Amino acid sequence: MAGREGAEVVLRLDGITKRFGPLVANDAISFDLKKGEVIALLGENGAGKTTLMNILFGHYTADAGSVEVFGQTLPPGHPRAALAAGVGMVHQHFTLADNMTVLENILLGTGSLLSARLNARAAKAKVQKLSADFGLSVHPDAKVGSLSVGERQRVEILKALYRDARILILDEPTAVLTPQETTALFETLRKAVALGLSIIFISHKLNEVMAISSRVLVLRHGRLVGEVATAETDRHRLAEMMVGAEITAPKLADRAPGAALMTLTGIRTAPRGNAPGLSGIDLTLRAGQIIGLAGVSGNGQSALADLIGGLEMPTGGTMVLHPEHSGDWSPRAALASGVARIPEDRHKTGTVADFTLTENAVLEAYENAPYSRKGWMDWSAAEGFAKKIIETYDVRCPGPEAAIRLLSGGNMQKLILGRALEAGPQIILANQPVRGLDIGAVTFVHNRLIAARDAGAAILLISEDLDEVMALSDLIHVIYEGHLSPAFPRGEKTPAELGVWMAGQGFEGGADAA
Amino acid sequence: MRLEPIPNPSALRRFGLPTGALALTVLIASALALLAGANPFATLGLILKGAAGSKFALLETLNRATPMIFTGLAVAVAFRAKLWNIGAEAQLYGGAIVTVLLGTGALPLPSLLLLPVIALAAMLAGALILLGPVLMKTRLGVDEVVTTLLFNFIMLLFVSYLLEGPMKDPMGMGWPKSPALDKAARLPRIVEGLRLHWGFALAILSAIAVWVIQTRTTLGYEIRAVGLNAEAARFAGIPVGRVMVKTALLSGGLAALAGFSEVAGLKGNLTLDLSPGFGYTGIIVAMLALLNPLGVVISAIFVAGVFVGADSMSRAAGVPTYIADILMATALLTMVLALKLTTTRVRWR
Repeated sequence: MAGREGAEVVLRLDGITKRFGPLVANDAISFDLKKGEVIALLGENGAGKTTLMNILFGHYTADAGSVEVFGQTLPPGHPRAALAAGVGMVHQHFTLADNMTVLENILLGTGSLLSARLNARAAKAKVQKLSADFGLSVHPDAKVGSLSVGERQRVEILKALYRDARILILDEPTAVLTPQETTALFETLRKAVALGLSIIFISHKLNEVMAISSRVLVLRHGRLVGEVATAETDRHRLAEMMVGAEITAPKLADRAPGAALMTLTGIRTAPRGNAPGLSGIDLTLRAGQIIGLAGVSGNGQSALADLIGGLEMPTGGTMVLHPEHSGDWSPRAALASGVARIPEDRHKTGTVADFTLTENAVLEAYENAPYSRKGWMDWSAAEGFAKKIIETYDVRCPGPEAAIRLLSGGNMQKLILGRALEAGPQIILANQPVRGLDIGAVTFVHNRLIAARDAGAAILLISEDLDEVMALSDLIHVIYEGHLSPAFPRGEKTPAELGVWMAGQGFEGGADAA
Repeated sequence: MRLEPIPNPSALRRFGLPTGALALTVLIASALALLAGANPFATLGLILKGAAGSKFALLETLNRATPMIFTGLAVAVAFRAKLWNIGAEAQLYGGAIVTVLLGTGALPLPSLLLLPVIALAAMLAGALILLGPVLMKTRLGVDEVVTTLLFNFIMLLFVSYLLEGPMKDPMGMGWPKSPALDKAARLPRIVEGLRLHWGFALAILSAIAVWVIQTRTTLGYEIRAVGLNAEAARFAGIPVGRVMVKTALLSGGLAALAGFSEVAGLKGNLTLDLSPGFGYTGIIVAMLALLNPLGVVISAIFVAGVFVGADSMSRAAGVPTYIADILMATALLTMVLALKLTTTRVRWR
């Protein structure tokens, strides 16, 4: 796909600058997108990728610079103008109405519903043609609520195509997909390019960027720091450009697992909304062992995390802690039993945004001495603890008295990690511990988890990132519809083989549901 | 139109906008005075004079502020935990009923012992009145805005029943009022000869106590955590339901002190017009104070001053006293808007 020098420029960004207060989110960014090419926009979280795309799509107004589509300058701040000019965006979080059909979702917003109904036949024919042309198989009359995540994404892409988008922007499209679904998506993108569309692919997954793009733009701290043809680079160099420093993959030394610290036998939990509960899970967490839980999100990961974290009671089966725990199972009981928790959503569950670092540092231990005695808080002890975490875990912040919402995701996560690890836990529940973090923070968190494992902690790592699970785990389980696969030792299965399990094949009675 | 957050608002924004809000309030009040055919400067001057122009006026303002400090604290404490207690009015009357029950000869105790006992019993009554709605909220998910609001009407009807029936003053010439409190059950005046009673001092002490609870105690930390992010609080092991109940007990107790202080300090008996909506005014007071307990004292005095000043202005200038309600409403709206704009920027298109 290289060598498109002569191709028509369909999109031109010129000197885009956007400031949020003192923060320069985008600093004079300029680039061209040519007809029939896929460019990857690569960068750490907070590098400014999403801001840039929001400006391009008219969600934000740039402080300086202009966006030109097919030679026409877009009026700033008008998503409708961007749509009309042929720019389509597929957001990371889908914007679909569950109770409507695929066709209705696609037609939504294209005109008054009345006229849309009159033209339903023509619209359906157009959708079916698009489906066939782009390899986006999905039934137009199916209710969106009944579709899988991969299918919903296809609907989102069809939505953009139906509006005659010639430029597609995909924001972290593979975050929610199995490897197989990712492959299918890439097929679609290749077809789209062959039909003359242009694509901007936002990602921080390097192998995907290498697989799909013809050109890579690297953003760092709001600045465009590199632009290379994909064929002339490799993952390692891209990673270096992203973080501006050499990075190393985590190293896991062989280590014999120790005693069982928690044993789950035949555990069941109630289903929650659309997500299944656990249906008879056996799992043993052992000292000095990282167990990785792979799976597409929404297959019972939250139920398992909440169970171990003390937020949910099982409806069946037995859960045994060593040493044994008696009494009600609750977050406090979990903490008292030496279970440390890194929650999936650090903003919603992990921290109180308007609390200071100090207040957040003692969120789980505030009741215990020295932080509180006889109902009175000892704020200097709490601040001492916060300072210790800030130093030991390299939390970059204005100070312990700053509100935690001012911190970047990575620094927030370091505080949560410090809070969890400083309690000297026996069992660590790490639920999506590095989601959305930059590579520097990812390495930091991973190394700390490995150090805790080497020191004898039992770790359950839940992640939707298969690479992470494979790099870090001694044993890998796949979770699907609340069922657990057998444990696969490290290195036994390839990503593709695990992907088959993630799609539900191999499970008793699960293959049909794939 | 789009709202964008401002991470670190400038000093100009932080002080300029609230000042502007105040100016706008004064401007609107002036326009209304003009509409009523009075000189706006004279009108505002008269309000100011009526509120704080003399020792008598000032003490009257502080007297009027006293129940609002209590109800304002009750609301501030509850709202801090995102417990929407709209029922301070009901809890106020609960405290008042207990004050009359125990203060009309039921307990033969000396004043120094009797008053604390009555105050505590009144707080208990207010706490229990809020306990029902909060348990319905934590156990059944019933919206407390509805239940606490409706409780106000139930309570008013109950008081009406009491005053027409079992609690009716036999010497009251048929008026629906309770018997007068014994002398021992009356809150004395702080300075002999002036109308200000010890209820005001109790209100100030309560504000300080609430401030200490919120900033220094484990419970205060729990209340703030639950209010700011209940999900994170639950995850961290804070017993959210129990904290809600404790908050409710504190809030209801504080509101009940308003009833105690009004009956024992000012009125001496219970009538149906004991509170001209102090429970609701408490919401305004607490919001203006940004739920800060010490700020509640200031905002209660401000609100009371506007009402007292408007009363006296109305007598002198002939502008209807309703200007006070409008002033209050504008002050609240502009202030809330100004505070929102301090941290948010509006972008048109």
